[in-house]
Amino acid sequence: MDKVIIANNLSLSYSSNETIINQADFSVSSGSFVFITGASGSGKSTLLKSIYGALKPEQGSLIVGGVELKGVSTSKLNFLRRHIGIVFQDYKLVKEWTIEKNIMLPLIINGYDKNVTQNQVDTLLKHVRLKHQAGKYPLELSGGEQQRVAMARALSHNPILILADEPTGNLDDYSSQLIWNLLEGANSQLKTTVIVVTHHIPETLNVDYKHFHIEYGRINEVN
Amino acid sequence: MKSIKNHLSLVIALLSILFSMQIFIIVDRSIEAYKENLASNYSVVIVSQKNLSDTTLLEVNTMISEVEELSPDNVIKRLNTGMDSKNIEFLKLTLPKFYKLNLEHYPTPEEIIDLKKDLLKNKFITKVEDFAHTHDTTYKLLLLFKGVVTVFALSIFIVTTLLIFKELRIWQFKHSERMSIMGLFGAPVWLRSAVLFRLSMVDAIVSSALAFLLFTYIASSQWILEQFDYIGISVVLFDPVSDFIMLLGVAITLSILLASLIVLGHKEEV
Repeated sequence: MDKVIIANNLSLSYSSNETIINQADFSVSSGSFVFITGASGSGKSTLLKSIYGALKPEQGSLIVGGVELKGVSTSKLNFLRRHIGIVFQDYKLVKEWTIEKNIMLPLIINGYDKNVTQNQVDTLLKHVRLKHQAGKYPLELSGGEQQRVAMARALSHNPILILADEPTGNLDDYSSQLIWNLLEGANSQLKTTVIVVTHHIPETLNVDYKHFHIEYGRINEVN
Repeated sequence: MKSIKNHLSLVIALLSILFSMQIFIIVDRSIEAYKENLASNYSVVIVSQKNLSDTTLLEVNTMISEVEELSPDNVIKRLNTGMDSKNIEFLKLTLPKFYKLNLEHYPTPEEIIDLKKDLLKNKFITKVEDFAHTHDTTYKLLLLFKGVVTVFALSIFIVTTLLIFKELRIWQFKHSERMSIMGLFGAPVWLRSAVLFRLSMVDAIVSSALAFLLFTYIASSQWILEQFDYIGISVVLFDPVSDFIMLLGVAITLSILLASLIVLGHKEEV
């Protein structure tokens, strides 16, 4: 199976005197479902940031979708990000846009046709049970609803890789279940690689998954 | 409402810059028109011992546009206290010649000095009356007026520039979140900043349109036209084509500069 992510001797840090991830080696196969767990402050979100290029490797190499992220150019990074769907813990929705437009964002960036974009958004709004809220603005929705919008946005452009940073943290059961179902569906039906940072792996999940645990800057695979 | 408020702050800042600029242009045009007016009324009188041809005098200095010989009849009339015609004719021959020199434009005090020097180089010219004192007073008054308006325009420019920089910080804060989110999904810089440029272009067009309406009104105001009539000058207060294009150009340039500074100052969220 092709590798979507290959990390060799990877070290990550925000400042030179504090290393968050220390000389890690790991890989993620295409189409796999991966959980990253660890205590608060262990570096789970930092690792995710490095995968979408918001934090450059301090040492070693990190190859995502065939793109080496150490010293990557802005245009190459933008190209890579156009094939990644990200779900943030704080949603990161554009407040002055309707939820419909928020979901459209990756499609607009990828230059999709207007009709295709509208159809895709309509389908996703149905999936996340927010069709009736299409014209509303993010701040008019609950946290759970906002996260569902963020989920729909991450799925809209059929990315090769979905990164989710604690997507169900602080969400109600209904929204949590909906999000897990969508992630599961994307992985099993569309063969999208999914990487989820979480504190708890849901027991009801019906997919095979890989589990990495971060402790003291080291990434260990859990069997 | 919030959106109008957001637009209004930049529109007002831009409008005040356009307003002060157009006022400065109007004052400049008025001063030029007034100078032309003064030039047509201003002349230098010279006294020569001999007859001088027009060509000789015109060659003295390029500023001289017209030469007019003053008839001695008026002087003689005042002296004529029962003189016979023979003596009058003799007096006419012995009297020096008077010439009135009209100038191309209203001269500066330095130009008057140079002109005087050039004229006195001719050995037959014995006196040059340049009415320097009256001229100097009017000229200095004009310069003072222009200076005051320049200072006024400059102060408005400084204040509005500060306003625009304040606006820039607000915009930076307002747009950086959206630009960062777009960046996380791989939007190129031009797409991330497209909204910003579109907004600033709209503000530039709105402020130019408001300036257009304001100056069209001013230019057609009877009261203002009467004031110019009193001074005796006629100026174009606002040319709806060339002035509007200039105002629009300035507004668009400033807005694009503002948006570019925001884009350049934007830092990726980590």
